[in-house]
Amino acid sequence: MTSIGTGYDLSASTYSPDGRIFQVEYAGKAVENSGTAIGLRVKDGVVLAVEKLVHSKLLVPEANRRIQTIDRHIGMATAGLLADGRHLANRARDEAQNLRDTYRTPPTLKGVADRLGLYVQAYTLYSSVRPFGISSILGAVDKDGPVLYVIEPSGIFYGYHGAAVGKGRQLAKTELEKLKLSELTTREAVMEAARIIYLVHDDAKDKEFELEMSWIGDETQGRHLAVPDDLKKEAEQKAKDALEQFED
Amino acid sequence: MQRLKAGEVNLGTSIMAVQFDKGVVIGADSRTTTGSYIANRVTDKLTQVHDRVYCCRSGSAADTQAVADIVHYYLQMYTQQSGIPPPVHSAATLFQKLCYENKDSLSAGIIVAGWDKEAGPSVYNIPLGGGLFRQPWAIGGSGSTYVYGYCDATYKEGWGEAETVEFVKNTLSLAMSRDGSSGGVIRMAVITEEGVQRLFVPGNELPRFWEGKEVIGVDQEKQSQPQAQQMEVEV
Amino acid sequence: MDHFPTNWGRPRNDAVDAYNTYPLHSRPVHHDSFADGVQRTQQPIVTGTSVLAIRYKDGVMMAADTLASYGSLARFKDVTRLHAVGDYTILGAGGDMSDFQYLKSVLNDLIIDEFTQADGHALGPSEIFEVLSGIMYGRRSKFNPLWNSLLVGGFKDGKSFLAYVDLLGTTYKDNAIATGYGAYIALPLLREIMDAKGPENISEEEARSMLTESMKVLFYRDARSLNKFQIGKITATGVEISDAISVPTEWAFAEKIRGYGAQTQ
Repeated sequence: MTSIGTGYDLSASTYSPDGRIFQVEYAGKAVENSGTAIGLRVKDGVVLAVEKLVHSKLLVPEANRRIQTIDRHIGMATAGLLADGRHLANRARDEAQNLRDTYRTPPTLKGVADRLGLYVQAYTLYSSVRPFGISSILGAVDKDGPVLYVIEPSGIFYGYHGAAVGKGRQLAKTELEKLKLSELTTREAVMEAARIIYLVHDDAKDKEFELEMSWIGDETQGRHLAVPDDLKKEAEQKAKDALEQFED
Repeated sequence: MQRLKAGEVNLGTSIMAVQFDKGVVIGADSRTTTGSYIANRVTDKLTQVHDRVYCCRSGSAADTQAVADIVHYYLQMYTQQSGIPPPVHSAATLFQKLCYENKDSLSAGIIVAGWDKEAGPSVYNIPLGGGLFRQPWAIGGSGSTYVYGYCDATYKEGWGEAETVEFVKNTLSLAMSRDGSSGGVIRMAVITEEGVQRLFVPGNELPRFWEGKEVIGVDQEKQSQPQAQQMEVEV
Repeated sequence: MDHFPTNWGRPRNDAVDAYNTYPLHSRPVHHDSFADGVQRTQQPIVTGTSVLAIRYKDGVMMAADTLASYGSLARFKDVTRLHAVGDYTILGAGGDMSDFQYLKSVLNDLIIDEFTQADGHALGPSEIFEVLSGIMYGRRSKFNPLWNSLLVGGFKDGKSFLAYVDLLGTTYKDNAIATGYGAYIALPLLREIMDAKGPENISEEEARSMLTESMKVLFYRDARSLNKFQIGKITATGVEISDAISVPTEWAFAEKIRGYGAQTQ
């Protein structure tokens, strides 16, 4: 890191001479160190999955969720600082409700992502705050069908067919690219999502992890819900089997 | 409750909107009164709030203009932010919110109608208290109370543009002929995916219906003095 | 402080306004701040009439017609006054329809807030009723009531629930409740059966016929009613709100009626 010691990295309100904002780039590092989160936008729905690293056996299973619900039809998975994710989710809920109250119709994900992008960006402007240490994958099925966005610490956001953030993003992206996402059903996507999370998990570095998965589609009547236990177990079993074959 | 503020200009009106397969037809009379004085005999009560969304205004002219201006502003913001024209439902919701949240100080009965990509043609009625009701056809203003029966008896689903225009024209003409607070000309607009087409019927070419018995002059009356006839009694 | 001496009352001597400096027409109108109060309480404009509901063997059944009146004008004939709130509750509303629409959106926000917590807890009828009665009482205490009579019916965790709240914040629970005209006309009919049998001995079929019969009588006697109504039920299997139905009515006996007393032809 060439920037260290130059003094240009101490505040989000200071540019470096070549026009970079190091605090924002450091926020990106917080994301890179986090367990992987992926999102799949498929034919009839969206699937979110997270590799939640468990750093203590004393933790209650399924606590500290990293996938959250924003509105009936909107889910959000984060990679990075957990608490930042919870704050942004609360903000997202407020924005979604505000849009719903203004137009009396379920908000589009684009509308919510648009406003969240502005919010995240505002934290890159002032010396008194630190940028968000998270990348958020937002998924929904709205009036335009299945949609998927990723908001980065800079406040920038893009729409995707498949998205991956966090530690294992490179491998996960390669795997996502192999899939014909727009032809998969949501149920098939659940299997693929589980497989990818198991695949990118590096148990040499991180021992324990919990798979967290949610979906939105016809099978959930358009609601963002956790993938049911039986389906999740099936997906995990298949993922483990695939992994063994892969290693053979 | 006193609805109009003292000295306020009133759109004691006949307004209407009807949905058909490809769009909506909206219409209004052109009379604005202060008490019984006609302050404007050629008013335009059809107000554009976006490319394919109009409203028909009834109640206080000042209130409804202010509300329409605010909604017009919001819809421009919506278009810039979302990159698509607003659905009619969104426009109607904005009108509804303003009318509901300020019900104590507004006298506004508004019909919102137009065309959008999601729902196609649609008509929304927002009466005095600030409720929101979707309808295939809507009438409003003081004149409308005289023509509910005509509309119920005449309206059919599945009309095309020509029949719908005819329906609006006839209904408004009937309302204007019975309501002292309505009159002047008929203004109409046809809103479809293609665009907005304005139609106009001058006050001397309104459709005419039964206007009472022929009134006969005094001289002729004497000649043909009818004998008193007994009224028929129901048996 | 009023600086116009003429408004101070009758001068004691000519030292004050001896020559009528302020002619009558240019004197400011004396305004008593307490003479007229501020009118904040509105009045209902577009209104719905009675709602009926009873507890029965499997849960709660509710009925309301689909008319929204504008004074005596039957203005909107296809309005739903029964509204599902979450998965366990039906809200039935009489009174101002714009206030009802507002309440629906408030409750919808509440249900979404609860859903997004994703903590495995969903709001049941008793919680919704508690929130609702708080809103209603809060608004009447600001002298700005939501002009409704509301019934909350529901079924959750094996228990049925039925309660009433109105624009004054008045609340009560009962096995059979009716709002508006229904309280005078339908409730005695419903109670006759309810008191004799108790909710646990009333079948779905019987509950339906009790409500249907009551709606018919209301159509006969309530000038703001319509023979087009919906029946909603909440049971262990969830919420169901029917399409609009109507009930056969009896008028043939009127043909033989002559005059209003001794007249025979």
